[in-house]
Amino acid sequence: MNDKRLPQERLAVTSYVIVGMILLLLSGFWKLQIIDSDKYAQMAERNRVRSIPIIAPRGTMLDREGRVLVDNYPSFSVLLLRDSPSQVDKLLPQIADGLGMTLDDIKQEIEAANAMPKFQPIIIKPQASPSDIAFIESHRADIPVLEMLMVHRRRYPHGDMLANAVGYVGEVSAEQVEASDSKLKPGDIVGKAGLERQYNGTLMGTDGMRRVIVNSIGKEVGRLEQQEAIPGKPIQLTIDYDLQNIADTYMANKEGAVVAMDGRTGEILAMVSRPTFNPNDFAIRIPSAEWQALNSDDRTPLLNRAIQGQLAPGSVFKIVMSTAMLESKDLPENFTAFCPGHATFYGRTFHCWRPEGHGTVDLHKAIVDSCDVFFYTIGQRLGIDKIHEYATGLGLGRRTGVDLPSEEAGLIPSEEWVQRVYHHKWYAGETISVAIGQGAVTVTPIQLARMIAAVSNGGTLVQPHLLKNLTPKPDRFPLADDTVEQVTQGMYGVINEGGTGSSLKLQNIEFSGKSGTAQLMSYEAGSHMGKKGKETNGWFVGYAPRRNPEIVVAAVIQGSSEHGGTTAGPVVRDLVKAYYEKKNGLTPQQYTAKNEPGSVPRASGNDPSLDPPH
Amino acid sequence: MEKGTSIHDYDWWLLTTTLAICGVGVLEIWSATRASHLAGMHTHQIEWIGLGLVLMLLLSRLDYHTIMDQAPLLYLIAIIALIAVLAVGHKQFGAKRWLSVLGQQLQVSELVKLIIIVVLARFFSEVRTEQLGLADMMKAAGVVGLPLALIMLQPDLGTAMVLVPLVAVGAFLAGLQWKHALAILVLAGVMVPVGYHFLKPYQRERVTTFLRPEEDPRGAGYQILQSKIAVGSGGFWGKGLGNGSQNQLGFVPVRYSDFILAALAEEIGFAGVFVALLLYMFLLLRLVQNAQRAHDRAGMFLVMGVTAVLGFHVLVNVAMVIGFMPVTGIPLPLMSYGGSATLFVFLALGLVMNVRIRRFVN
Repeated sequence: MNDKRLPQERLAVTSYVIVGMILLLLSGFWKLQIIDSDKYAQMAERNRVRSIPIIAPRGTMLDREGRVLVDNYPSFSVLLLRDSPSQVDKLLPQIADGLGMTLDDIKQEIEAANAMPKFQPIIIKPQASPSDIAFIESHRADIPVLEMLMVHRRRYPHGDMLANAVGYVGEVSAEQVEASDSKLKPGDIVGKAGLERQYNGTLMGTDGMRRVIVNSIGKEVGRLEQQEAIPGKPIQLTIDYDLQNIADTYMANKEGAVVAMDGRTGEILAMVSRPTFNPNDFAIRIPSAEWQALNSDDRTPLLNRAIQGQLAPGSVFKIVMSTAMLESKDLPENFTAFCPGHATFYGRTFHCWRPEGHGTVDLHKAIVDSCDVFFYTIGQRLGIDKIHEYATGLGLGRRTGVDLPSEEAGLIPSEEWVQRVYHHKWYAGETISVAIGQGAVTVTPIQLARMIAAVSNGGTLVQPHLLKNLTPKPDRFPLADDTVEQVTQGMYGVINEGGTGSSLKLQNIEFSGKSGTAQLMSYEAGSHMGKKGKETNGWFVGYAPRRNPEIVVAAVIQGSSEHGGTTAGPVVRDLVKAYYEKKNGLTPQQYTAKNEPGSVPRASGNDPSLDPPH
Repeated sequence: MEKGTSIHDYDWWLLTTTLAICGVGVLEIWSATRASHLAGMHTHQIEWIGLGLVLMLLLSRLDYHTIMDQAPLLYLIAIIALIAVLAVGHKQFGAKRWLSVLGQQLQVSELVKLIIIVVLARFFSEVRTEQLGLADMMKAAGVVGLPLALIMLQPDLGTAMVLVPLVAVGAFLAGLQWKHALAILVLAGVMVPVGYHFLKPYQRERVTTFLRPEEDPRGAGYQILQSKIAVGSGGFWGKGLGNGSQNQLGFVPVRYSDFILAALAEEIGFAGVFVALLLYMFLLLRLVQNAQRAHDRAGMFLVMGVTAVLGFHVLVNVAMVIGFMPVTGIPLPLMSYGGSATLFVFLALGLVMNVRIRRFVN
């Protein structure tokens, strides 16, 4: 029997309150577990799994004989795991102290990575010292936000050798990441210049991922399946370390460039540009001050002069003139000019480099002695547009297609060009300067090597390249056999008939070539700037044999006051000689020891017993 | 057997529901701790449950009128115990809450809750007017105010808060007038900012954390966030017993105790939570039914006191787990691991059984 005075209505109300309360709580669970379930599942996964990248090593670079030019060495970077910002903030002073960094430095690194998702760890110190490693290992428990990352640091064992061609690596820029179609991510190391950049796709591997299960204090309690890194592929270059070494040694402390190329295939055997830089400086993370210095250096050490140096070719251009004369047939083959040491065109006197003159010269003598008056005369007869036609045909004024980024085209002036750029008519007097490779004409060393090869092989313009298994796409500018014969005879005479390169003579090798000494400025301008004598670019482009050259070498020494045959000639000769010595089975030690001029060279086929089987 | 009571008079539905909830709790304690150094704690919980059943039975045999006659004495004991715990109590987690009794650490406030239920039941049953007068309200507030203040000093905000719904439900059933209720609500609204001023720093932090948890996920908001992640990532069917990464790897704090429902929600999903909450709903509704059928007002107040305390525990704990309320340290009755809390619930249910078996007595 119930007590009549019990407040039954109010008791019933409490029942409804209880039901309402349970329904409210259930709705809360419904929201979390059904509606937002995916979001929380992801968060749980991020809590549980810590992903540490496994860095894929970059591919190495080998020379044509498999010798290592660029490789890697293992090193450690310090990773900061940022998934719990407040914990990181609390530990920062301790971390800064332990790693020998300032608090500001670390904060800057963190700031820079603000755009990246929080669960992606960032590198706060690229190069961990042994004491850093000890610090991290001993504080695993109380500083769980630090992790070691094994990285493969780029190593250039030969220092600055081949630096301008090889280039360097660095952290990918934000623009590159954006343009990469999510193939690259912030912090990736990519090629920034040279071959490192050109073949980045091949050299760069795919990073893997080590996934471990961690508990709430960051301690590793298990492992998940590991995604292995795919290492980058090695590339074999056409470079011959021995020849590169010779060119490099010669160019030490000089300014200029050397490029040696197989005249038949376009394979580049050696490439030097000076002054240069040490790419190892970039391998870790170049301090910004050092980077500024390299970039603002007037001597432009980052410029690869072999493909980017746009210089007046001087007398080497006379080979283009000779070819144009013979091919165009505007002048008779046996055309002669009289050189009294100077000549007057359009009311202005032009000097020959030999004040006493060359007397009566034909084409052969003009090439051998590099007579300026002869070529002034030809230039006047041909006119600028004919010169432009043949120069361009022989690959000047346009890129060679070498497999390197940022190649320059140089410039071959024409009437159209002067109209377009300067909006006036071509001054006929300018043609006279152009005829001896001065005036507005600029070329790159690699263009000259290719041009000389094309003239001596009947007009095949090879595609210069550094990658061994690249299939080159040659260009044709067919030349008559008679033209080739006459011009190459001239270049043979330059060295072997007492011409401007007679000191470079090699026994039993049809070493031929052409020197050039391009004035950088007039006498007057030079004395204004307090320079003594003429500042010149000394050129020598040599090759062997006389026709269908196997090796072509173009060398330019900048800022010397000497003749091209004297400054640039020796390195060309040494390279050609070394090429033949190697071809005939001498080991590098033997020929580097016998470096003095005039030592016994061996032309191919002379002594079959010395010929290596091909 | 006492005259007029029989084994059939016990509330077997209530007992079954209670043991079902305990079973789910033991299962989850086992699952959440089996792979850690805490493994085996579920057997302790079973022992507490067994002891609780015995105490429940014993308490049900002692006529609740006899107990309520001793209300003043019990009240005195409660006050002395609270003062004792402040003076010589065992400090743990920064608060003095434990007293050594027979070599066991006993959480005094659990005992006090039980005594206050009895004291208030007696107080309200002696109010003979249809409507609760202002003077009676002040007296009730005074009776609860003293132990509440002492518990706050420990400090144990959670337990102190439990006393509030206990008074509120009692007053409501004793005929609280709507205008008075409104006035109290307004007064409370004014008092909240003042009260906040007197909170301990860690308590304030809990409140601000509750209001803006995303500001500091590793700090104070960490517990709530991790609890929500555990619950949410469980989905409908859960990750399976022993597979909840959030609780197994220690992201969920005290997964076997205050946050046991988060662990359960992660491992057996919404389906498991649904069953658990339905069990609680059935338990509470069953309690109300017992109140409705009580022999007299004293019995009704006693049962509803228990209902208020248990209901409030469920509400605050579950709301905390899903981020509806700040962290308060209130365990989930019958599921959370803990001796004192478990024994309290069984003793409270002993009072209910006590009223139940005497519903037909004249």
